[in-house]
Amino acid sequence: MTTAVTTTDIRTEVLSVTIDVTTVPSTAPPADLPVLSQLDVLESEAMLVIREITAELERPVLLFSGGKDSVVMLHVAAKAFWPAPIPFPVLHVDTGHNFPEVLAYRDATVERLGLRLEVASVQDWIDDGRLRERADGTRNPLQTQPLLDAIARHRFDGVFGGGRRDEEKARAKERVVSLRDDFGQWDPKNQRPELWNLFNPRHRPGEHVRVFPLSNWTELDVWRYVEREGIELPALYYTHEREVYARDGMLLAVGPWSRPRVDETVTRRRVRYRTVGDMSCTGAVESEAVTVADVVAEVAASTLTERGATRADDRISEAAMEDRKKEGYF
Amino acid sequence: MSTLLRLATAGSVDDGKSTLVGRLLHDTKSVLADQLDAVERVSRDRGLTSADLALLTDGLRAEREQGITIDVAYRYFATAHRSFVLADCPGHVQYTRNTVTGSSTADAVVLLVDARKGVLEQTRRHLAVAALMRVPHVVVAVNKIDLVDHSEDVFRSVAADVRSLAVELGIPDAHAVPVSALVGDNVVDRSTNTPWYEGPSLLELLEALAPDTDPAHESFRMPVQVVVRPQGAARSPEHVEYRGYAGQLASGSIRVGDEVVVLPSGTRTTVAGIDLGERSLDVAVAPQSVTIRLTDDVDVSRGDLLCAASDPVALRQEVQALACWLGDEPLHPGARLLVKHGSRTVLAMVRSVDGRLDLDAMRLAPADRLQLNDIGRVTVRFASPLPVEDYSTSRRGGAFLLVDPDDGRTLAAVMAGALAPGEHPG
Repeated sequence: MTTAVTTTDIRTEVLSVTIDVTTVPSTAPPADLPVLSQLDVLESEAMLVIREITAELERPVLLFSGGKDSVVMLHVAAKAFWPAPIPFPVLHVDTGHNFPEVLAYRDATVERLGLRLEVASVQDWIDDGRLRERADGTRNPLQTQPLLDAIARHRFDGVFGGGRRDEEKARAKERVVSLRDDFGQWDPKNQRPELWNLFNPRHRPGEHVRVFPLSNWTELDVWRYVEREGIELPALYYTHEREVYARDGMLLAVGPWSRPRVDETVTRRRVRYRTVGDMSCTGAVESEAVTVADVVAEVAASTLTERGATRADDRISEAAMEDRKKEGYF
Repeated sequence: MSTLLRLATAGSVDDGKSTLVGRLLHDTKSVLADQLDAVERVSRDRGLTSADLALLTDGLRAEREQGITIDVAYRYFATAHRSFVLADCPGHVQYTRNTVTGSSTADAVVLLVDARKGVLEQTRRHLAVAALMRVPHVVVAVNKIDLVDHSEDVFRSVAADVRSLAVELGIPDAHAVPVSALVGDNVVDRSTNTPWYEGPSLLELLEALAPDTDPAHESFRMPVQVVVRPQGAARSPEHVEYRGYAGQLASGSIRVGDEVVVLPSGTRTTVAGIDLGERSLDVAVAPQSVTIRLTDDVDVSRGDLLCAASDPVALRQEVQALACWLGDEPLHPGARLLVKHGSRTVLAMVRSVDGRLDLDAMRLAPADRLQLNDIGRVTVRFASPLPVEDYSTSRRGGAFLLVDPDDGRTLAAVMAGALAPGEHPG
């Protein structure tokens, strides 16, 4: 529709305009058409991205850890291609310090959806000397090399990740489809413009793209979607009793790879995890959240970001995530 | 139920854009304690007496070091009614590229104007880009109102200038709000410092804007991304014969039983079913992603466009268009490139560069090439006909990319149409 613009169309007379925020805008769709919620729109955007990249590239893969973001991404992928199976394999970079119940969940999900699972094992790299254990025992930064190696070995040209822009300030700068050079590096100062919803994953041989279908989701969106869709998650996202000790303001679980120092007291507390990663650097939060609805309420009221509350590896410096991402991290 | 509104910011250097964004995030409680702690720590380290909210949005090391914003950053905040995705576009470095990127998906642009300086040449350019990109709503935040003693006269004068510019540029919906990002006047809550202002606060206004595009009002169009044909791989035996066409509705709505045309073949058929995962729908509306089943066994492939039989898109072999050039090397006539339109990619040739748009005069200046960040008129010929609409009719159907066939770089954002909004012909 093109009309000559008249001054009556212009509502710059704001001095006299009062806007009633409780009324439905006059241009709302006709009543018989469905109104889409923000979850509908976010889901649709993720489906658009997953379909487009899958169609344009030869060998996509989806990073699947059993963490909530990758579970949601996989759920959306299944919807995008239903009733056909998901047309790509999943890849897990296993630090060797994962929660056993999350690995069990991972395997059950792969089995249920009939997927092919590739595992890149940090432990293997340490065992054969290609990587060395860090002094602080954290294995998150060690994932980059096995990840890049798996991408090169399988010639994956598109890698779906569950990263969200609200997680972290370097991630806030990332494109939905983000180019990596032939060393797997991200160049944040020279990113491709991303226009309308025309996603462009083309690249030179040797390069690949990382693709983040959940870019525009927040932690709360993820949980509301889990609730709406009835998605099952690993049990440690909900309250349970665990032996923990406090370190750097976080509660770390006592386990084979995370031991308290002599000055740290172990207590049994009711906790849950907001993120699920390497046991040695992922903290739990005290929680009584039994159901998804409880978690939604808790997240909505939280005064800390999920990474701030639970990830030691992001506290190293202001730019810890940016530095890891430049090297090829998730 | 909460809806989604996409915003893009624009402003000149030192208009206080990062501070305004920081203020919106902070006052909607979208900044959490650990993020604020980090900002306060860095602010202290830099010898500032209060938290520099601009640090909330400058995420890259180089940005923090240089105190500038380099790239578009995406931010999220929400009220009880609405969730916002905000593309925070830098004011100076790669200005056109970033603003075009940020506003291409925006329902509204929030443009900052310094109350002390009023409407500048740069403001004019920002508004011109918003008009070119056909962003449905423009909200001008007249910032630093505290530094002009909360003067009603100053605000009225800036608002009047904005109004006449908006009319001139053909912006359909423009608003102005007097704010102070630094102290928070009229950002979230209405301020007692501006008793003469009876309009909404910035956030109240953003909550009330219609979540445009109104794609649901236009005719049905859906580029086919994927043909879903599970055959033997079906997740259940009943779907072995399933055949559906998956895509996102670019505009309009579609119901089971509606007649559609497949382009470019022109075949007519009828919608037999609409699936969203395992759920069957009676009706789908833009921008939903669905899978459509058709009654006839017609030939439909990825890249085809399904559209309303009552209002099909015309196929075009050649279009005149406005191109925002994003490549490092200039565009010369005769360039052979790829066009990505909807879900289809075809070879194309830029037949001619017809001029460069002077955003200040909104007039086409003679030019035989386009440089990085130039916006110009080009004539593009497609190797095979495409259902390209005028950008003035459809932001989705009228937009395409020019892509480098060798390395895949996105070289241009292109909007089909003979005249830009507000453009003076000749």
